[in-house]
Amino acid sequence: MTDSKYFTTTKKGEIFELKAELNSDKKEKKKEAVKKVIASMTVGKDVSALFPDVVNCMQTDNLELKKLVYLYLMNYAKSQPDMAIMAVNTFVKDCEDPNPLIRALAVRTMGCIRVDKITEYLCEPLRKCLKDEDPYVRKTAAVCVAKLHDINAQLVEDQGFLDTLKDLISDSNPMVVANAVAALSEIAESHPNSNLLDLNPQTINKLLTALNECTEWGQIFILDCLANYTPRDDRESQSICERVTPRLSHANSAVVLSAVKVLMKFMEMLPKDLDYYGTLLKKLAPPLVTLLSAEPELQYVALRNINLIVQKRPEILKHEMKVFFVKYNDPIYVKLEKLDIMIRLASQANIAQVLAELKEYATEVDVDFVRKAVRAIGRCAIKVEQSAERCVSTLLDLIQTKVNYVVQEAIVVIKDIFRKYPNKYESVIATLCENLDSLDEPEARAAMIWIVGEYAERIDNADELLESFLEGFHDESTQVQLQLLTAIVKLFLKKPTETQELVQQVLSLATQDSDNPDLRDRGYIYWRLLSTDPVAAKEVVLAEKPLISEETDLIEPTLLDELICHIGTLASVYHKPPSAFVEGSRGVQHKRLPARAGSGESAESPEVGQSGTSEAPPAVIPSQGDLLGDLLNLDLAPATTTVPSVQPSMQMGAMDLLGGGLDSLLGGDIGGSPSMGAALGAPAAMPAALSNAPAVGGGLGDLFDLGGGVGMPTGFYVAPKTLFLPAMKAKGLEISGTFARRGGIIQMDLSLTNKAMSVMTDFAIQFNRNSFGLAPAGPLQVLTPLTPNQTIDVSLPLGTTGPVMKMEPLNNLQVAVKNNIDVFYFSCQYPLSLLFVEDGKMERQVFLATWKDIPNDNEAQFQIKDVHLNSDAASNKLQGSNIFTIAKRTVDAQDMLYQSIKLTNGIWVLAEMRVQTGNPNYTLSIKCRAPEVSQFVYQCYELVLKN
Amino acid sequence: MIHSLFLINNVGDLFLEKHWKSVISRSVCDYFFEAREKAGEPDNVPPVIRTPHHYLINIYRDKIFFVSVIQTEVPPLFVIEFLHRVAETFQDYFGECSETTIKENMVIVYELLEEMLDNGFPLATESNILKELIRPPNILRTMVNTITGSSNVGETLPTGQLSTIPWRRAGVKYTNNEAYFDVVEEIDAILDKSGTTVFAEIQGVIDACVKLSGMPDLTLSFMNPRLLDDVSFHPCVRYKRWESERVISFIPPDGNFQLMSYHISAQNLVAIPVYVKQNISFFESGSSGRLDITVSPKQTMGKVVECVVVTIHMPKVVLSASLNATQGTYKYDPLTKILVWDIGKLNPQNTQKQPNLKGSLSLQSGAPKPEENPSLNIDLKIQQLAISGLKVNRLDMYGEKYKPFKGVKYVTKAGKFQVRT
Repeated sequence: MTDSKYFTTTKKGEIFELKAELNSDKKEKKKEAVKKVIASMTVGKDVSALFPDVVNCMQTDNLELKKLVYLYLMNYAKSQPDMAIMAVNTFVKDCEDPNPLIRALAVRTMGCIRVDKITEYLCEPLRKCLKDEDPYVRKTAAVCVAKLHDINAQLVEDQGFLDTLKDLISDSNPMVVANAVAALSEIAESHPNSNLLDLNPQTINKLLTALNECTEWGQIFILDCLANYTPRDDRESQSICERVTPRLSHANSAVVLSAVKVLMKFMEMLPKDLDYYGTLLKKLAPPLVTLLSAEPELQYVALRNINLIVQKRPEILKHEMKVFFVKYNDPIYVKLEKLDIMIRLASQANIAQVLAELKEYATEVDVDFVRKAVRAIGRCAIKVEQSAERCVSTLLDLIQTKVNYVVQEAIVVIKDIFRKYPNKYESVIATLCENLDSLDEPEARAAMIWIVGEYAERIDNADELLESFLEGFHDESTQVQLQLLTAIVKLFLKKPTETQELVQQVLSLATQDSDNPDLRDRGYIYWRLLSTDPVAAKEVVLAEKPLISEETDLIEPTLLDELICHIGTLASVYHKPPSAFVEGSRGVQHKRLPARAGSGESAESPEVGQSGTSEAPPAVIPSQGDLLGDLLNLDLAPATTTVPSVQPSMQMGAMDLLGGGLDSLLGGDIGGSPSMGAALGAPAAMPAALSNAPAVGGGLGDLFDLGGGVGMPTGFYVAPKTLFLPAMKAKGLEISGTFARRGGIIQMDLSLTNKAMSVMTDFAIQFNRNSFGLAPAGPLQVLTPLTPNQTIDVSLPLGTTGPVMKMEPLNNLQVAVKNNIDVFYFSCQYPLSLLFVEDGKMERQVFLATWKDIPNDNEAQFQIKDVHLNSDAASNKLQGSNIFTIAKRTVDAQDMLYQSIKLTNGIWVLAEMRVQTGNPNYTLSIKCRAPEVSQFVYQCYELVLKN
Repeated sequence: MIHSLFLINNVGDLFLEKHWKSVISRSVCDYFFEAREKAGEPDNVPPVIRTPHHYLINIYRDKIFFVSVIQTEVPPLFVIEFLHRVAETFQDYFGECSETTIKENMVIVYELLEEMLDNGFPLATESNILKELIRPPNILRTMVNTITGSSNVGETLPTGQLSTIPWRRAGVKYTNNEAYFDVVEEIDAILDKSGTTVFAEIQGVIDACVKLSGMPDLTLSFMNPRLLDDVSFHPCVRYKRWESERVISFIPPDGNFQLMSYHISAQNLVAIPVYVKQNISFFESGSSGRLDITVSPKQTMGKVVECVVVTIHMPKVVLSASLNATQGTYKYDPLTKILVWDIGKLNPQNTQKQPNLKGSLSLQSGAPKPEENPSLNIDLKIQQLAISGLKVNRLDMYGEKYKPFKGVKYVTKAGKFQVRT
């Protein structure tokens, strides 16, 4: 400590003086001296030298003196562990004091002395205090367990304190309950899997009772603890919500926000048509609004959380737009948050108001805020289509102000508006070009260059403009360089005659004079494209771009759901899952919103949300090596003829397979400039066009080479026999069975048991017409009579050439069995994998073509949960059931398996299975011309992978 | 939970530190100083600052930064609320919360902090309980203490600490039993150039000063409780009775406390008491500008509007103002660029001569015309009126025999009341 040196050298006298006073006989003098010591301590001076003298003052009846000494001890015991032992006796004695205040004080202070040797002595007094008759002592002791755990976790577990602490949750005093919960929560944080807070309906009930009676802080602990509970059903959920709702009117904003968390989470379980659901939604708005009238720091945290709530349930605050209007003396951090929420709440109904406000903000003093306000106008234009025109004219007004940073921001957002509404507002380009010289920020320059390149044919002097940028090419940031390269190539393709020199210049700058890999690679790709096949180049570079999405800054749904479970915490302030940043949280558990009751609403559940968002292929290529191969292949294998079936007009959606790898290949995203590709769209659009430029076909080969690398298949999975026909229904004949496919032959394995009193003979079997024409290929081989209590196993070979009739469900099979007694009927269901034929491995090219050929509507997506296999083992297993992996691609710790299946009736089923390392849930996309089979194929996957 | 607390004044001196767990070096505050520097104005320091190993959650109050250090996931609101509570406790104990008073009472401050938090968990934050544990300083007691040798630390467990009504201590006795309630409403509003209301709401609080002996059980009812749909109560209020009967039933804490706060956002209910006509313009050439502001009473329910003050943050280039006020006085501070016009009372009768401030502004020569428009901040006060129309109907006391003295006062003030130009 720097201060201490200063202290001991120049004020040496003071320490001596204090020492003398501390050893004085007069009580009063002693106390004053200790006070002086404490005062020095509080300002950070080192008075540890006085340790023995201060400890000597500890044995006193004067409570104030005692407290002061304790204060001192807590601060310095760590630095003088041996001396601290001196204090132990007094602590132990104080723990027996008749005055509960002193007992509590002693146990509290002991816990704060972070010296290992002392903790041993602490155990016995602590055990007593945990069972003290006075609740004040108990509640203090509860916290002490947490302190001790922090110092020596093993000791706490060995001494059984955790169990005692758990017992305190049922204490009669609400304050003790609250503190026990707080202590357990803190301990649990360092032991994520310890299941310390084992919540069940009984404890929940106790907590809810204590909730009404404990202090505001206790309420926060209890509410946060409640939020971790998952109710059994919607009724329990509702009853908890009802008991938590009054907390929304608490004066303490932390209580309010914790209550909001509990409600937001449990609400997830309530059926939406329930009256109570609507009531609850209405009740949530006023307390959230009230939080905004608190101190600015509270407002900030509230706003960050409201930002999440608005994304999850926009209906709660949709009428409260005005409370987010910015006041000029709000702190900047509040202003920025309010602005963000205003955009989220913007809709056609209130857009006029919002725009008027934003325009007002754009003239404020604070530069950051003004910038964000300008951006917000752009976001409004993209979000609310009806307002686009007004937004554009507002932006033009702002550009006219010529305020440098306003102009730059405006240009950046106008670029986005062009992307959203192509061919609508290009009339403003002239105005934008006027401001070219004032742009000095990379993002604005890049945006302007993009606009010039994109609309080169409408800008007469586009070549001059771009050329002017080219002069200082090497001084530009990568973002601008990449953009300039693309823009000039676009210009060249549009006006080839005049700009040949320019394009050569930029290509050579990018490929030869630059050492930025992104730039170089993009340069080479353009170069090759242009030299190999200018027509293809045109299709690639000038491809029609997909419209940009309305809300680019929304939090990803799974993360949002997790954050909703963390409302009120630091995670919610940073909008990151706790695992991403909290130090010392060893393996934080991911929290999830509970699923709503009733499967009808499962579309809301997070799992489905996740699969919905993961549809877009991850845009990272497998490895640098592949890239090089691909690049070389461009020239070596101009496979113009290999994939003739691919149509140029293909949609992005069909391109999952190819898109992933190529995206990045061309987008220049390899080295880490992800923002650009996405923001400017041109690269994103390329794969669509590229895939029909078959020049890359060779490169694609790599992708599929892996297909052969799958290991030895395991056999067909045969489910255990299930009961088909109970004895009761068949006069004593019991039939159970299963289906198998062995060496290309379908077999029905049956066990016939005679549970009647008489012998059975003359067995025969017949099938009703069924979906795939299954029929017995031979007689039922029961050669000997079946005596009572005898079981016989038979295998019945089946053919697939019988009469066909579509069944409901598709794999239903109606069977009639006859014996000497009667004819019995039953129906059973066979796994579809029975019909997967051995030659179901499709050619890769055919696969590609077929995948694209099948309309997107036929694609079905499924989640296979809890499979603990890696992709190779899985594909191995699947192959045993004639599900063939023809290609595997690894992207970003995610394996994509492309698989084909052929049914006995010639139907092809194509599948894409995504396996993420460490994630037991697979995503399966199935495409088939007969989409009704998808569901059953999925069941086969489930069956095979899980057994 | 809360690990440590540092108090830092507005020039950046760290003058108090308190650790509830292990000691954290004060060098952690460097991250705060960095953020402080970046923010410019002290108000703009972000409340949550991330450092490699800790989080700093801070509030800025009474020119002091209360910077708390936390290490694990803690609800930030919890910390912020607690810090405000600390500031309020200092205010309560020492009359004001300032660096000087804190330094003067360093030991009591330390004792208080120790009592308020244990291992980062709040322990006793109710003023009543704290005062039983640690008596507030006063001259008389210091004298008595020095003579008798007694201390200012309570020797027994505070009674309220564990009861289900922790906010009240037992055995309260007064010779004059009295209960006063102040209904205070603040108007938050934004008016645009033309005087149209862009946004308006009322933040109301009911402050109570209750000095009643024993365990009184009070019930407060309103003439028009329907006005209140968004309320926050002191923990003493029985929420169930409010839900079912719309009355406020409670056993009050002893002394001063805030009984409830409420929020009225329906704009049609918010009357705007003054009308402001203003015109501030800067000329392209000549480095000058003009200012003309007239303030007149609007919806005042027949009451006099008092203490009217108009504050304007001028753009940086405004050097001086040469103005003429028909009522009140004006002052322009060229350093802070703040123009304050103290008008005083607005007379509702005299509609002919409304207070007016008019004149010219001189700008820094050669500087470009300011881009931003200065906003006007209005302060005002109306006695004996709650602008929302809220009225207390009656106050009943149960549980005690004596007859208390009761009173209700109303006042309306401007909160964040802004007029855009």
